[in-house]
Amino acid sequence: MPIQYYIYLCLALFSIGIIGVLTRRNAIIVFMCIELMLNAVNLLLVAFSKVHNTMALAGDKTSMAGIEAQLFVFFIMVVAAAEVSVGLAIIVMMYRNVHSVDINFLNRLKN
Amino acid sequence: MSKLVYLVPLFPLLGFLVNGLFRKSLSKQLIGIIGSGAMLASFVVSLLVFFDVKNGGGATVHLFDFIHVGSLVIPFEFLVDPLSSLFLLIITGIGFLIHLYSTAYMHEEEPMHFGRYFAYLNLFVFSMLLLILGANYVIMFIGWEGVGLCSYLLIGFWFKNNNYNAAAKKAFIMNRIGDLGFLLAVFWLIVKLGTVSYASVFAAVSQLSATDITIITTLLFVGAMGKSAQIPLYTWLPDAMAGPTPVSALIHAATMVTAGIYMIARSNILYTMAPATQTLVAVIGLSTAIFAATIALKQNDIKKVLAYSTVSQLGYMFLGLGVGSYTGAVFHVMTHAFFKALLFLGAGSVIHAMHHEQDITKMGGLKSKLPITHITFLLGCLAIAGVPPFSGFFSKDEILMAAYNTNPIFYYVGMGGALLTAFYMFRLYSLTFLGNFRGTAHQQEHLHESPSAMTIPLMVLAFFAVVAGFVGIPELFAPDAHALEHFLAPVFAGSAALTHAHHLEASTEWILMGTATVLILIVILYAVTKFKKYTSTETNTGIAKVLENKWYIDELYDTIIVKPLFWKANFLKNTIEKYVIDGAVNGVGKLVGYGSRQFRLVQSGQVGSYILMMVMAVAFFIIIWFNDNTIMHFIHKIF
Repeated sequence: MPIQYYIYLCLALFSIGIIGVLTRRNAIIVFMCIELMLNAVNLLLVAFSKVHNTMALAGDKTSMAGIEAQLFVFFIMVVAAAEVSVGLAIIVMMYRNVHSVDINFLNRLKN
Repeated sequence: MSKLVYLVPLFPLLGFLVNGLFRKSLSKQLIGIIGSGAMLASFVVSLLVFFDVKNGGGATVHLFDFIHVGSLVIPFEFLVDPLSSLFLLIITGIGFLIHLYSTAYMHEEEPMHFGRYFAYLNLFVFSMLLLILGANYVIMFIGWEGVGLCSYLLIGFWFKNNNYNAAAKKAFIMNRIGDLGFLLAVFWLIVKLGTVSYASVFAAVSQLSATDITIITTLLFVGAMGKSAQIPLYTWLPDAMAGPTPVSALIHAATMVTAGIYMIARSNILYTMAPATQTLVAVIGLSTAIFAATIALKQNDIKKVLAYSTVSQLGYMFLGLGVGSYTGAVFHVMTHAFFKALLFLGAGSVIHAMHHEQDITKMGGLKSKLPITHITFLLGCLAIAGVPPFSGFFSKDEILMAAYNTNPIFYYVGMGGALLTAFYMFRLYSLTFLGNFRGTAHQQEHLHESPSAMTIPLMVLAFFAVVAGFVGIPELFAPDAHALEHFLAPVFAGSAALTHAHHLEASTEWILMGTATVLILIVILYAVTKFKKYTSTETNTGIAKVLENKWYIDELYDTIIVKPLFWKANFLKNTIEKYVIDGAVNGVGKLVGYGSRQFRLVQSGQVGSYILMMVMAVAFFIIIWFNDNTIMHFIHKIF
């Protein structure tokens, strides 16, 4: 499959994520959109890694070039999972305090 | 001996430094001794230099290079020749007498101001000596500016009186106008000849075109107009009376006002080659002579009369220069220095006795109370009026004869001025010394002759005012008896070679001289009889009122120059400064403040808007990235 398809897909996912973050006020949806952007990038990373590796294999059957990126992706997923747990915990605490998950409430922190 | 000429200005400079720096710790007596002693030392050296020059000495003394830029070299040199050595004698000799006189005249001052006074006096004499001795126009200019500065300092010596400060400023500004002309002339010389030393300028004078010479001489004359108080820049000199009387004597007799005469006499060859300028000099000189004399007729301040008489006499000197009688002009400088110093110091003695009363209508009958002052003052009056055989007769006669030679009209107008001189001087004399006392009883009780420190200079000056004329006996009386002309001949040799003097018929000269003398004597008798019985204080009307108000020249200058200048300055201050300059400065500040206030609102605390802006910025840069690499290049360079 040509690399362009992956790029378009990732672009679409990333844009959806951005638009979601910008337009929605519900903290959980915002959070989901952030995850969406993160995963768009992950997907792009994997796709580029695969393409890179495939091209390297054409010259050398045992080449491992580009394969590290796939390891990075796992790391990112692990870190993202940790981040999600922290983020969700914050949202839960927020809901307990103000009975709302509207992010515009957060601006009262500024005072 | 001429090599030691640098000592002449050195002594007054040291006197200035010592008196100026230690004026708070020195006693008045010591200050007086230092100030006068410096002058005496200078005078002794001047005498030695003079006799050295008289015996054929004279030299250019090179001290160091003052300016050395590219091909332009301006050395710090002193020129010792007959002209400068004669001026040295006048300045240091009369200067010394005035210093001596000042020790008594200024005794009421506090020690600090007393020291300041003597420091200024010494600096004044130092500057004048520098002016005289300099061997090029630049050194002359240093002295030229120096005397301007010192006159400012001394005229405004009693700086607590605002009128005196105004007079000082007037003197300074009038002088500055003249100085500009002088400076331009020097620059012109540098551009055209690349040198300012007298010797090389006068040697190269034939390389200059006629236009150049005319312009240079005219510009130099503008400088002389300011310094020597000629029309139209003369108004500062009468106002300079604000200073202490000995200062007036110094300004009028020994230093300052003679600078212009000296400068033109020094540059005589330039002037001889510029007939147009010479005519201008003669006309300006003559008009000043007659104009100032008319003003002096109606002045009632003893010092004002003398001041206008100085302006008038300076006019005669310029007339002499203008008609090519350089010796006559220098001769008149010399005799005038004696009798004008005498008259001013005599006036100072009168003022001293009258407790600072200067109005002659309130004097009278001082003859018996101030015998020495009276006799010496009378001799001074006779000398300035030109009564033979007093000194003024010889010098004035020489100038007027030369004027007759050039143009008889000059002679007749000049003669008229001389009659006016005789009239106002004897009006002054009669009002002051003859008749009845018109002052207050308190003043009458305290009338006293001045101390000997004041009368001795008067007597010395009176002696010279009487006999100084005999160094210039005209050819008419005894052939080859004009000692001064022989002495100065080397300086004016260049000019003499260019002009072929034709002497007047002896009979014409006798007639002119005789008529003049008789007329002067008649005028003197008339003035004395008219003012001896002066009692009333009639108010002047018509032309007399105009004369009393000095032809309203000050008012005229005020209207056509000072007022419009103030108006412009006010316009700049109130409109341009306030709205344009301040508007721009404050406007920038306000703009930044307003912009900041508006821009601050961007930071609203809405997280969403921050993100939106972030995204938009990134999008913006991406668009640039894809569209124009040069902009990104630029941005890379910055960060």
